[in-house]
Amino acid sequence: MEVYLDNSATTRALDSVQEMVARVMTEDYGNPSSRHRKGMEAERYIKEARCAIARTLKVRDKEIFFTSGGTESNNMALFGAAMANQRAGKHIISTRIEHSSVYRPLACLEQLGFTVTYLNVDREGHICLEEMEQAIRPDTILVSVMYVNNEIGAVEPVEEIGRRIKEKNPQILFHVDGIQAYGKYEIRPKKQEIDLLSVSGHKIHGPKGVGFLYINEKAKVKPLLYGGGQQRDMRSGTENVPGAAGLGVAAREMYTDFSEKIRRMRDLKDYLIDQMEDLPGIQVNSKRGEGSAPQIISVSFQGVRSEVLLHALEERGIYVSSGSACSSNHPAISGTLKAVGVEKGLLDSTLRFSLGIYNTREELDYTIEAVKELLPVLRRYQRG
Amino acid sequence: MKYQSFLIKYAEIGVKGKNRYMFEDALVKQIRFALGTTEGKFEVTKESGRIYANALTDFDYDDAVAALKRVFGISAICPMVQVDDLGFEELKVQVIQYLDQVYPEKRFTFKVNARRANKQYPMTSEEINRALGEVILERFPELKVDVHRPEVMIHVEIRSRINMYSQVIPGPGGMPVGTNGRAMLLLSGGIDSPVAGYMIAKRGVVIEAVYFHAPPYTSDRAKEKVVDLARLVSRYAGPIRLHIVNFTDIQLYIYDQCPHEELTIIMRRYMMRIAQRIAEKQKCLGLITGESIGQVASQTVQSLAATNEVCTMPVFRPVIGFDKQEIVDIAEQIGTFETSIQPFEDCCTIFVAKHPVTKPNIHIIRKSEEKLSEKIEEMVETAVETAETRICQEQQG
Repeated sequence: MEVYLDNSATTRALDSVQEMVARVMTEDYGNPSSRHRKGMEAERYIKEARCAIARTLKVRDKEIFFTSGGTESNNMALFGAAMANQRAGKHIISTRIEHSSVYRPLACLEQLGFTVTYLNVDREGHICLEEMEQAIRPDTILVSVMYVNNEIGAVEPVEEIGRRIKEKNPQILFHVDGIQAYGKYEIRPKKQEIDLLSVSGHKIHGPKGVGFLYINEKAKVKPLLYGGGQQRDMRSGTENVPGAAGLGVAAREMYTDFSEKIRRMRDLKDYLIDQMEDLPGIQVNSKRGEGSAPQIISVSFQGVRSEVLLHALEERGIYVSSGSACSSNHPAISGTLKAVGVEKGLLDSTLRFSLGIYNTREELDYTIEAVKELLPVLRRYQRG
Repeated sequence: MKYQSFLIKYAEIGVKGKNRYMFEDALVKQIRFALGTTEGKFEVTKESGRIYANALTDFDYDDAVAALKRVFGISAICPMVQVDDLGFEELKVQVIQYLDQVYPEKRFTFKVNARRANKQYPMTSEEINRALGEVILERFPELKVDVHRPEVMIHVEIRSRINMYSQVIPGPGGMPVGTNGRAMLLLSGGIDSPVAGYMIAKRGVVIEAVYFHAPPYTSDRAKEKVVDLARLVSRYAGPIRLHIVNFTDIQLYIYDQCPHEELTIIMRRYMMRIAQRIAEKQKCLGLITGESIGQVASQTVQSLAATNEVCTMPVFRPVIGFDKQEIVDIAEQIGTFETSIQPFEDCCTIFVAKHPVTKPNIHIIRKSEEKLSEKIEEMVETAVETAETRICQEQQG
């Protein structure tokens, strides 16, 4: 049995996405900038995808810009907003649990003379709204907070953050890294006062190498890439037409029968947590209920190294990740787990199970059986 | 300058008496293999104590030189220009052209060294030397002749065609792989063992390798890293047979039965035993390790003695007296360092005790191993029998 429980790292593309990508690559392969019919046909795919995405957010088509994925969207939002508004000030607010594609651009901006305040989180991974408000200064130009944390699934109070920022100063831009949230929540940038929203395609059963950035039409943002002036000069470079078209299909699909999909996922999550909590020496780091994302379950296993359990599960066809897949290439210990107060001895003993639309209850049963069998064996043989 | 061929010089193998042809043949074979990894086709021939590699097609000069610099046994590589014999007047022009293109800066001392293999040529070697020297000085007055210690020796060989060369690119030295038997390298993912393999291959030994894999404690990525390392070493040593042994059961059994502080030593003794079994099967005559005295607890002199005790074959430890930095320098030079430092756990460290023994007493270790007597023979047998073999080499172009 193969059980893929690493959907927050990436997902299997939908069949309809695959068909769309193949068709655009081999039949309607024109360059949208070409003046002939072939180019126009290609342009139509971009328009349709943009329209489908805009509808899922209730924003205008022209506020959607395709990028090469989540990392580019985050970079474009942060550098773009910082560069365009630096006359107004050089202070940025973010949190201690951001993904490296937010954290590293911020570190780079610090080197360029910007100041960044990093907000702490509580044991559930939530920032404190009062602390955020107090951090706002006259020269604050940007606040960047992730919607759903990729390691434990904590959901930040985005709407409340947006409201409080704008009450203090409507000029401050609000960026939300929505990479783990899009497709799982009904995000409403206009209502939630989000000016910039980053999304990645392959986390929602779309293609890799494509994503988008929503930019509020009133927000001042400088482009990251210069060239042929595509996408209204905001993001030069021939559009990734197959990718964008595939992303459009995935976006539409994720928000079709949306509540049913989410209810199913939440049931699976609660089921997995119930089963895990019955095992000895474990700690579930993700919460149940609305305060935590429906697809992410972080679990610490006392006396077991995550890497070893991960490979032992892999031998049985079960794929999970230790910490977050992006940061587990290098053995740096997870920042989020530390920030939410997971005790030191468990930091290196934590796995992330993440659900996608294809997972079933049988798969979870198989996984739990495997964990039950492995834990005593792995606990018997330890270092030191 | 467009070179069409290389004259390849070799040093050590020149003195090997009656075995000489064997060494030369091995060198020719290794040169063919190395050039086979580059673009272009070459004809490699042996002619009166020298080896020529003639390009039959277009080729990438830098790639070809880089490939030759990895062939053990080569002492020098001379890129060579061949011209048709159109008479001495034309030869003067050809030599001037050659110098003008190869040396844009004309500030050096030189000497012409002609050799006349074609004795029908109307001038003697001495006459050619003098005549060409005059022409060169006339054309490039800033040059100077130095017959004792010239900076540039201009070789002109008169054969059916005429060869000219003056550049000498140092080769790696050593002896051609395949002239000195076969040995089994214990290859981990670390910095030292690839260097050890390289050094023994440099003495002409064909290398095979064994890697101990311990899933789920070590990952498939760690295994791929070792395959990558073997492939990097094969750029010098030729194709390497890598034997991948599943070591998990044996490790856990030792963990269950023996004192924890002795785990590493006992484990290493079993690694040596298994490596030796596979070596015997593969007709290897020795083992190779990257051990260096005192580097870690298992490499104190006492520990080395304890691991060595189980081996009947000679164990070659070419980096035994090297400091870490000296090993790193070689690893960087041969291009294995970057791969070696990728952070994947290897099987030596997964169960390491907080305070492993550093001065193991051989009698105590033997006693501890007795506790394994029930199952260990069978387990070693299984490990040897189920080893997976992969051939690691650079892709042929």
